[in-house]
Amino acid sequence: MSSRIAKKRGEWINRDKPLTFEYEGQQVQGYEGDTISSALWANGVKVLGRSFKYHRARGILSFANHDVNALMTDGEDTNIRADVWPVSNGMKLEAVNTDGGVIKDKNKYIDYLSPFLPVGFYYKTFYKPKRMFPFWEDKIRKAAGLGKVNFNYPRHIKPKRYAHCDVLIIGAGASGLSAALEAAEQGFSVILVDENRQIGGSLTYDLAGDPAATDTLSTLQAAVESQANIRVIIDAYAGGYYGDNLVPIVEKSGITKVRAQTVIVAAGVFEQPPVFRYNDLPGVMLGSAAQRLVHRYAVKPFNKGVVVTANDHGYRTALDLASVGVEVVAVIDMRRDGAAQDITQKVKDKGIAVHKGSCIYEAVAAGDKLGVKEVVVCPYDETTAEADTSRSVRLACDGVAMSAGWAPAAALLYQAGTKMRYDDSIQQFVPAQLPESVFAAGKVNGVFELKARMQDGRRAAAEAMNYMGKVVAVDSVKQSLSSSPSHPYPIVNHPKGKNFVDFDEDIQVKDFINAAKEGFDNIELMKRFTTVGMGPSQGKHSNMNAIRILARIRQLPVEKIGTTTARPFFHPTPIGHLGGRGFHPHRYTAMHQWHVDNGGEMFEAGIWMRPGFYTPAGVKLSAADAVQQEALAVREKVGMIDGSTLGKIEVFGPDAAAFLERFYTGKFAGQKVGESRIAMLLDEAGVMLDDGIAVRMADDQFYVSTNSSNAATVYREMQRNVQLWKMQVTLVNLTGAMAAMTVAGPASRSVVEQLTDIDVSAAAMPDGAFRTGKVAGVDARLMRVSFVSDLAFEIHVPYKAGLHVWNAVMEAGKAFGIRPFGTDAQRLLRLEMGHHLISHDTDGLTNPFEAHSDSLVAMDKPFFIGQRSLKILAKKPLNKKLTTFVLDQGFNGELPNECNLVIDSANNISGRVTSISYSRYLNRHIGFAFVPPEQTNDGARFQIRTDSGAMVSATACNAPFFHLLES
Amino acid sequence: MPLGLLKYGLSREYPAPRYFRDCTQPKKSYDAVIIGGGGHGLAAAYYLAKDFGITNVAVLEKGYIGGGNTGRNTTIVRSNYLTPEGVNFYDASVKMYEDLSEELDLNLFYSTRGHFTLAHTESAMRTMRWRAEVNKHVGVESYVVGPDEISKACPQLDIQCSGQAPILGALYHAPGSVARHDAVAWGYAKEADRMGVEIFQMTEVTGIDVKSGKVVGVNTNKGYIETNRVLSAVAGFTPRITDMVDVETPIVIHPLQACVSEPMKPWLDTILVSGSLHVYVSQSSRGELVMGSSLDPYEVHSTRSSLDFVEGLTTHITDMFPFLSNVKVVRQWAGMADITPDFAPIMGKTPVEGFYLDAGWGTWGFKATPISGKTMAETIARDMAPDLIKPFRLSRFEDYELTGEKGAASVGH
Repeated sequence: MSSRIAKKRGEWINRDKPLTFEYEGQQVQGYEGDTISSALWANGVKVLGRSFKYHRARGILSFANHDVNALMTDGEDTNIRADVWPVSNGMKLEAVNTDGGVIKDKNKYIDYLSPFLPVGFYYKTFYKPKRMFPFWEDKIRKAAGLGKVNFNYPRHIKPKRYAHCDVLIIGAGASGLSAALEAAEQGFSVILVDENRQIGGSLTYDLAGDPAATDTLSTLQAAVESQANIRVIIDAYAGGYYGDNLVPIVEKSGITKVRAQTVIVAAGVFEQPPVFRYNDLPGVMLGSAAQRLVHRYAVKPFNKGVVVTANDHGYRTALDLASVGVEVVAVIDMRRDGAAQDITQKVKDKGIAVHKGSCIYEAVAAGDKLGVKEVVVCPYDETTAEADTSRSVRLACDGVAMSAGWAPAAALLYQAGTKMRYDDSIQQFVPAQLPESVFAAGKVNGVFELKARMQDGRRAAAEAMNYMGKVVAVDSVKQSLSSSPSHPYPIVNHPKGKNFVDFDEDIQVKDFINAAKEGFDNIELMKRFTTVGMGPSQGKHSNMNAIRILARIRQLPVEKIGTTTARPFFHPTPIGHLGGRGFHPHRYTAMHQWHVDNGGEMFEAGIWMRPGFYTPAGVKLSAADAVQQEALAVREKVGMIDGSTLGKIEVFGPDAAAFLERFYTGKFAGQKVGESRIAMLLDEAGVMLDDGIAVRMADDQFYVSTNSSNAATVYREMQRNVQLWKMQVTLVNLTGAMAAMTVAGPASRSVVEQLTDIDVSAAAMPDGAFRTGKVAGVDARLMRVSFVSDLAFEIHVPYKAGLHVWNAVMEAGKAFGIRPFGTDAQRLLRLEMGHHLISHDTDGLTNPFEAHSDSLVAMDKPFFIGQRSLKILAKKPLNKKLTTFVLDQGFNGELPNECNLVIDSANNISGRVTSISYSRYLNRHIGFAFVPPEQTNDGARFQIRTDSGAMVSATACNAPFFHLLES
Repeated sequence: MPLGLLKYGLSREYPAPRYFRDCTQPKKSYDAVIIGGGGHGLAAAYYLAKDFGITNVAVLEKGYIGGGNTGRNTTIVRSNYLTPEGVNFYDASVKMYEDLSEELDLNLFYSTRGHFTLAHTESAMRTMRWRAEVNKHVGVESYVVGPDEISKACPQLDIQCSGQAPILGALYHAPGSVARHDAVAWGYAKEADRMGVEIFQMTEVTGIDVKSGKVVGVNTNKGYIETNRVLSAVAGFTPRITDMVDVETPIVIHPLQACVSEPMKPWLDTILVSGSLHVYVSQSSRGELVMGSSLDPYEVHSTRSSLDFVEGLTTHITDMFPFLSNVKVVRQWAGMADITPDFAPIMGKTPVEGFYLDAGWGTWGFKATPISGKTMAETIARDMAPDLIKPFRLSRFEDYELTGEKGAASVGH
């Protein structure tokens, strides 16, 4: 049975494109442009879902993107909002959260248990005895949730777009369109956003039956479309307001982040349901929902209906319904005095009875509560919210339209920091004080009359332009409303309840009363206890009534109750949209491809990709063997590692040396050009953060390296302190610009000297020396270093020359048996040398005294970062210290792991292992551990507890460990 | 259907009493005044009354009870910390939580679902082992597990994290739980009130009256209150209170943000945390995913949300669960976290006699609610901190005896 009516002017469906889809196994016809709800309604399907808690049948309520009881799944996607989602051919839909289909849902029995499920019932039970809670929790979790997630749903790759404009206008109704035109005509760029698929706002339904208003809309539409300064984004919503006018516009295709000079919120109002028993039955809907069905989708909402109202909008709804052949039985006006004479007469002229000072006391369910069959109408006392049931009338109907008032769509205004006040003349919260670049216009600003809304839009635009520095006149806006658009208390008490306030969460009037009785009588506590407004619609249709009810309970004015905090998002927003593409950038060194081609086992080292070790193609080699062989090559011949990931920062300027003296623990003022010194950085608490090498290239120029993982941090801290200390220093981060490699081992000099014009002889270039010159024909910086081997050269060249120099060294080293080595071998080699690694062998509290680094700290300097803390720490006894250790010769038990604990004889934790490796060169297990200071002496024994709990003896041992080979 | 609910359907009058009285005007004096009606302040009031019979106590809350960080956290309770001091302290809290629903006669939905701290790098694996070893040592059930065990507990998790950050293993902490955060505050309020404690909402402290180094009273927007003992339990507002008594702390305030998805049928039974991806996530009994990230990197005293946060978080959520792309975020919010240099709280006495501090709770306050209440009550009653919280004394920042919890506290809420 189709309720599709004849073509309407401006309808949103394309009758040339019929399509078919399936709902709960039933074939349904629709048109392109239909939403799921409109197409189903046109086919006489009125049960669109089951409610969250009581599993009551629900149909259309708002038809404005908050019908959260009409959620569908198509097998792929879930929680699809039927009221706004477009239908497409071949869709197979089911309602979510049912057991056995939406009609036969086996959980509908829960509705009968509702007397035993008082507000917050789950706080009152299920926990005694506590062992029973898991049983009940399992049942609760099974009942919880809405749709089932499809674990195979593909990951979205949605773009993020960026846009800027002078004026961002949210809402393309009469006021938003007018504001856009005003600003654009004065030359300002405008972005106009609307969540509907067409601009026009309430003109596309509420006044769609009024030819003059329809003409106004056409004029506005045409003007906006021809205005080059206006960019219109439809079918998109403003997700939230963030600091400095950042507003994400959420479209189906992705998010556009708009940064605007000014923002005008012209988002209108949400219609609010009057509250009476069974106001949730399928067929009972908001007046604006009925109008949308009629004017946008050409669907008759019901055949024989009743309108319950408390404003003029209800009368317009009645006329709209009558105009498409609905038999409107009566307009039930909750106001004692009813509406103005002219509109009342118009309704009466259509043969519709008007009951002033009356309410719907209850709607009566048709079979199995799947629809409405009649309403019980009673005189209504506005002061007590009581119906006089002694004088009830029953009116048969299959639908009810409800128009009792509105709540502002002010979420973004709240997020921007707007102070709102409650305007008694229109019974609505309106902006009282707006942030300086944010404006409000139209109904959200309390302006309802069409002409006044258009003026208000122009007024808001004028204020925005004044804010931007263009002086234009601001005309004040006057409206003469015959009555308040909203009723102060559209609630009808009913002893049996089921008069719903929040349809997401099935919260009835008595739940609020009882919550208040239990002490939850301020709006925030009430929200949390009753969960009002916490469902997916975020209180769009429920918060205002909740505030009104609480105000009555507390006998306070509505303004004193206040509102709960409106947080992003305006509508629920997909995780994939927010995440966007998900960038995970990696950095490659100049030699990256060489590593890959030569069997480098690449891993993520912070943002960089580095080879851990190499297993050349065609060679059968375990990881452990590869690492040991690489290390042996360095000990016995020569090896090379790609060190390009080191942080490399150049420090220039007259204050360069003074700056380093303050920044690092060591001394640099007297450092000679061509010398290098260790640069250790502490935090203010004296904790070790980084150690690198600072070489002096000129009096006013240093070249400083940092650990690979700290490059960004050290550079940032340097920048911060240069500002703070106001020093004449320029910093250049060369980390990515320079490639670096270390050639290490007894034959390293023989390899390097073939390639360079620099004198690298022991006499000319002792350990720690720094020289510049050519290496393999490239301008290079060359340093003697001793981190992994007594003899090693670090070569720094421009990134683009990195691979060339690397290849040249490999070629020159061939005769000496050169091998590339990775970070794993490097770790072992530095351990053999007895060098700790910061943040590997130290932690977030380690100071230099605990790490045997006293010699790197020049306490006699006037200042360095962390010095003050070290002075205090120096006076305190240490309770732990880092030591190098060996396991017994020939150890073959369960090997301790890094971070296993050192346990003392009283079974207390006295330290932990920070590094441990087997060295094939030494044929021993060696490592670093924190131990009590007295156990750091060569030969001291301590116990390590392994993963399985076994105790392993270790011996403190001086490093470098090579003396072990002598004994 | 539990029998306890029958009376709600059968009695004519609503059978439940108020949780707590509607106190509006404070008396002239109290034995103790607690500033802050969050979980910590209310718990301290409850244990003062219960353990020490001190019931002439006022709790002053400038907003509504539980409206600060108690109601803004992601409700995780665990004890898998890094230092023995920390592990012992939080373990005592976990044990109290386990019996708290019965004790407060209110279902806190304390739900033990196991807690995985995922490690995506070798260095993270080392920290997991460190924590596991310390936990085991003090008798807390934590151990390092491999990817297979993680997959078994959460088959939906992409162990490769979309290839971005493959999971190498995790620290598994069996007692890891979630609870209904608001209810914890309500339960303590209810029982404290029953024993005589007076709770004042919408009551803001505007000054603390100190004479000769001793607290003698507090000024409020509802007048002056005489008292010799004041506890500050105000989380992100701590600097404002300590300024009133000229007590210096090294606390800085950073925002901490979180968000929640629309409800879906529960599928995530465990609590997952990833330090590398800056994610923690669990699914509530309503079916919502509760998701959070690490602290915002800047110091700011504000509870406004940022878009950056939710963009970054959701990117990483989809690394872990690609199929959530079209699941929607309903709401995001922020709290103000009071951070200390060593990521451990500040509890106990202060240089001002009668002024007690319960602060520095950063991102780990909710899980410590019962034990902090109990130990602060003891501190106030005896004017001496119990051993359990001595490592958290304010003076540790002067004598450099920090309790380094940074490794375990970052992101691991």
